[in-house]
Amino acid sequence: MIEITDLRKSFGNLEVLKGITTTISEGEKVVVVGPSGSGKSTFLRCLNCMEDPTSGSIIFDGVDITDMKVDINIHRRRMGMVFQQFNLFNNKTVLGNIMLAPLHVKLTDFRRKKLKNAFIRISNLFARDKKPLYEINANRQQIKEEVRENALRLLKRIGLEDKADAYPSTLSGGQKQRIAIIRALAMNPKVILFDEPTSALDPEMVGEVLDLIRQLAEEGMTMVIVTHEMGFAREVATRVLFMDDGQILEENAPAEFFSNPQNPRAKEFLSKVL
Amino acid sequence: MGNFDKKIAKFWEIFINHNGYAKVLTGLQNTLIIAVVGLAIGIVIGTVIAAIEVMPKYKRLPRILNGVCAFYVGLFRGTPIVVQLLVAYYVILPLLGINMPPVNVCIMVFGLNSGAYVSEIMRGGILSVDPGQMEAGRAVGLSYSVTMLKIVVPQAVKNILPTLGNELIALVKETSVVSFVGAADLYVAFSYIGTNNYEFMVPYLAMALIYIVMVMIIAMFVRIMERSLRKSDRNN
Ligand SMILES: Nc1ncnc2c1ncn2[C@@H]1O[C@H](COP(=O)(O)OP(=O)(O)OP(=O)(O)O)[C@@H](O)[C@H]1O
Ligand SMILES: [Mg+2]
Repeated sequence: MIEITDLRKSFGNLEVLKGITTTISEGEKVVVVGPSGSGKSTFLRCLNCMEDPTSGSIIFDGVDITDMKVDINIHRRRMGMVFQQFNLFNNKTVLGNIMLAPLHVKLTDFRRKKLKNAFIRISNLFARDKKPLYEINANRQQIKEEVRENALRLLKRIGLEDKADAYPSTLSGGQKQRIAIIRALAMNPKVILFDEPTSALDPEMVGEVLDLIRQLAEEGMTMVIVTHEMGFAREVATRVLFMDDGQILEENAPAEFFSNPQNPRAKEFLSKVL
Repeated sequence: MGNFDKKIAKFWEIFINHNGYAKVLTGLQNTLIIAVVGLAIGIVIGTVIAAIEVMPKYKRLPRILNGVCAFYVGLFRGTPIVVQLLVAYYVILPLLGINMPPVNVCIMVFGLNSGAYVSEIMRGGILSVDPGQMEAGRAVGLSYSVTMLKIVVPQAVKNILPTLGNELIALVKETSVVSFVGAADLYVAFSYIGTNNYEFMVPYLAMALIYIVMVMIIAMFVRIMERSLRKSDRNN
């Protein structure tokens, strides 16, 4: 589903990613581990072009999204992203956070279709063979209601429906991060990218967030997870990527990787963190 | 100072019986309209300029737009507003063959002028918003401008509301030059009263008083706003 070929990224003179090649298939849970500064976040952020790669290609669903000509926004809608710092929209309620993007996309689409239909109607007046109109099967109000219901359903799933009208600043870190996750989920993404989703949390809140991610994993969601939670990595991953110095030094099944790492640097890294 | 009572009586006479109060009211109205509508226009222009200024600059178009904005801001901050009014009223509009009431010209010029100042304020406001907010918006597939408009700018405005209040105070005070192009403001009203009884001391004192009261009222609103914003930050 995501094919990454010779991905490189430099910040000025500093080459942070030095040629990364790997493929992420549907349903996989790829966990990326490695020492600090090894380029894990940069790698993840290149996957949805939050950082523009310096060279290399990323084929997502058959489209090279590193191409400056593609509309990256359309592809980002299919790739959720969850940040270490949650990044909930501070000026929106919880419900507003979840609804914003889906509603915007659907309403924009709705407006565009209506505009196109108006043009088609006019040109049909003069044309002999009439062009069909775009199908519009919901009005603005219905679209809103549908998006709202979906958002509430997701909120209920994490047991926070009573927080629908609260503002992010009133929530705990664990609540924020779970809402950030369902905000990503509300777009029906094909893959979700997690960048250290539990690193900014108080220890007692790590569990609730990992539980939610675990659930999504079990439901078959494709994920790429950067994490320092080795126990969680071992349990959820279908594949582990060990990165150091901007390269993938080892790529292995979790059981193999954690019990019997091949790469010397991976050995050293694991001996420090386990 | 002995005849101060008499001066006040004379002033009062013109103010009440010779339509002085109507002129003062018109002047007050024009002053407020020019300042408030000018600021509103300034906020719109300033927001657009600020959004362009903080845009990533690796593409051609933002760089060009940025140059245009820098020129605009330099122009309006680099010349006195009186000069801008005079040039607009006596040079640009006649050249374009446009006839416009002086007050409207003033609103326009004050809007353009404050746009340059608000852009600086707004840029500070936008930069004070956590970059994670923009990232999160882009990550769910919203465009730069939509994220700016729906997420970043509302938070920026909240941060700079008090500063915008101070900008309004500055504008109110600056409107005292609009009579240069024939707009009827407080100065025109009180000069009329003064000319009518050859006595300027009391009218100009009254004018000063009105400006002070206006500024104090706006400043009070700004303080109330600051306090309630601080409170909402605490509770949230
Ligand atoms: N925007 C940037 N500009 C310049 N250098 C950057 C930028 N982002 C990251 N870097 C540099 O790239 C290198 C890799 O950073 P990255 O954040 O990808 O590491 P990481 O593996 O995620 O580390 P950590 O585990 O600490 O999060 C670091 O040396 C960092 O200083
Ligand atoms: Mg990182």
